[in-house]
Amino acid sequence: MTLNPMITLKIDGVQISVPEGTTILKAAKDNGILIPTLCDLEGLTPYGGCRLCLVEVTGSPKLFPACITPASPGMEVTTNSDRLKDYRRTAVQMLMAERVHICAVCVANDHCELQALANQLGVDHVALERNFTREQIDSSHDFLVIDRNRCILCTRCIRICDQIEGVHTLDLKLRSKNTEVIMDLDESWGNSCSCTSCRKCAKVCPVGAIYIEGEPITQTKNRDVAEFITARRNRK
Amino acid sequence: MDKTFEKKIVISPVTRIEGHAQVNILLNSDDTVKEAQFKVVDFRGFEKFTEGRPYYEMPSITSRSCGICPVSHLLASAKACDAIVGVTPPKTAIMLRHLMHMGQLIQSHALNFFHLSSPDLLLGFDSDPVSRNIFGLIEKQPDIALQGIKLRRFGQELIEKVAGKRIHSSDWIQPGGVKWPLTLERVDYLRNELPEALEITQNTLAKFKQMLDGFGDEVENFGNFPSYYMGLVNPDGGLEHYDGKLRIVDKDGNIAAECVDPLRYQEFIGEAVEPYTFMKFPYFKAIGYPEGAYRVGPLARLNVASHCGTPLADEEFKEFKKLGKNGVVQSTFHYHYARLIETLFCIETAKKLLEDPEILSEHVTSRAMVNNYEGVGVAEAPRGTLIHHYKVDPQGRITWNNMIIATEHNNIAYNMAVTQVAKKYVKTQQLQEGMLNRVEAVIRAFDPCLSCATHAVGQMALDIKLFDSNGNLLDRQIR
Repeated sequence: MTLNPMITLKIDGVQISVPEGTTILKAAKDNGILIPTLCDLEGLTPYGGCRLCLVEVTGSPKLFPACITPASPGMEVTTNSDRLKDYRRTAVQMLMAERVHICAVCVANDHCELQALANQLGVDHVALERNFTREQIDSSHDFLVIDRNRCILCTRCIRICDQIEGVHTLDLKLRSKNTEVIMDLDESWGNSCSCTSCRKCAKVCPVGAIYIEGEPITQTKNRDVAEFITARRNRK
Repeated sequence: MDKTFEKKIVISPVTRIEGHAQVNILLNSDDTVKEAQFKVVDFRGFEKFTEGRPYYEMPSITSRSCGICPVSHLLASAKACDAIVGVTPPKTAIMLRHLMHMGQLIQSHALNFFHLSSPDLLLGFDSDPVSRNIFGLIEKQPDIALQGIKLRRFGQELIEKVAGKRIHSSDWIQPGGVKWPLTLERVDYLRNELPEALEITQNTLAKFKQMLDGFGDEVENFGNFPSYYMGLVNPDGGLEHYDGKLRIVDKDGNIAAECVDPLRYQEFIGEAVEPYTFMKFPYFKAIGYPEGAYRVGPLARLNVASHCGTPLADEEFKEFKKLGKNGVVQSTFHYHYARLIETLFCIETAKKLLEDPEILSEHVTSRAMVNNYEGVGVAEAPRGTLIHHYKVDPQGRITWNNMIIATEHNNIAYNMAVTQVAKKYVKTQQLQEGMLNRVEAVIRAFDPCLSCATHAVGQMALDIKLFDSNGNLLDRQIR
């Protein structure tokens, strides 16, 4: 096994050495610098959808999603400037405004990554006009429920279903704000012929969109499941 | 609205109640009171916006309709959901729900008696409105105010220790039971707190009884009229708040109807509407609208029950019953008295539940899926009978929801009561604040809960307008 050559970069002024090909997000995390994310999950391929991990790179006016941008030699990265904080607060508000996020009556209340991030970033109001969607809840499965009104389209469920469980029951349909997570060829969940009822989608959902009816959310959630299974599979 | 009146006095908003309401006093051409109307200006829309939500979210959503009695909504809703899944919760779960409900009744009754109503009773109906509130009471009678705050705190703590939070502990309750059991440490804590709560209630009851002679006029004129009464009773006919059969008695105390199966409540209760208010007018179907007016709440519960079932409350109950003919007490003023007796009953019941070793059992949940497509839950909220009625589709999504809130049942009675008080006290030639306060006070006696907001403290806006038949403003008082 050949190791990638090491490269050196600066994140928030700290000199860091990582193997070539490492993403900025991982380089930062491995060195104790936490960049907020919602769609990223250890053990799954990165997606770059939530835009919360945007960082500044000296010399470029653009912002870069840390989860899919590889670190390069001599790079100088800023992860927590006032501009970034402002952008992140806006991104969280846009997620909140896009569908229905009423924490008080949500199954994931107090155990929701979006809610935690909003708290962490100081988002106490949504300044944008809320788009109260009325998507029908699909509770046709014996115990798995999807409430698309709470979905933030992070695609963790789709990726874990495809990459870890290997069945690809879940996918997306339509575009932009009409985008929805679907089962098979847009079947109701109870009629899905490929779903193995493995529950992994519910375990990694960062919000209360996919959950197990009647089960305390603390028992369901396990965001380490993909990393754990991947590590076990790679163990020789 | 009746257009034959000549002038109108508007009390808006009615203060020291939970929610927003106003009273219109309609006058004849000779300035005598023709009629008074109790008007609710809130509109919430819970029955509509819950459509499509899964049934198990209903306790959590519907309890948000009220910050004062969310527990009662949690229970009525959870019971409707129990009926949808078709299971009986484990005995301990029922005991725990019952215990939490006792906390709810204690804190809500303490809130009404001490924080909202006692300024009228102890400081006087005609006292300065600026200090006729809990702060005025703290200044003038600090001991009583402190006792009220302590009693309410006990009720709130009881809810918190059982269910995790004082308000909106909806994480705890679920269809088929509750999510977690009670610990010995919490039981011990509550047992230690009980004696003080009991002492406060007994002292307050004794003091209230001494004061009753001074309120002869109010007892006589505060919504003192015959009506039907409705409330839950247990299988023995005793006072009940969590489960049991719905009983309706007439003005003489005869049982007019009993509804054992909650699903059949619509055979007994009809709902009428009037154009001037958002609140519906439930009535006893066998008699019709509006003659089938009935009252619910503490007074009604004591009128329908044959006994309380706990020793101290039973003693008080016997004495209370002597106030009315055939044991039916009809003055709305006596809601206060009934509320104190119920508080005593709730403390004794909480004690009994806390002393039962089964309260500590860890088997508190029955699991089940949707088995029935319709469910009704009935509980006795502090203000009276609360009904939640849901219909669901095969996936358990709400397709139809009807909630009859305790306060609604009394709607016809409110209008009768405010009319009676206005006729007695409002002299339009010389409009005085104290007269109008009595109109408000009779509403407070019912303890209506019109929304989740309480406007109990601070400088309240009371805007009273007197118009002539041409709509010209004749007089106005603002405080």
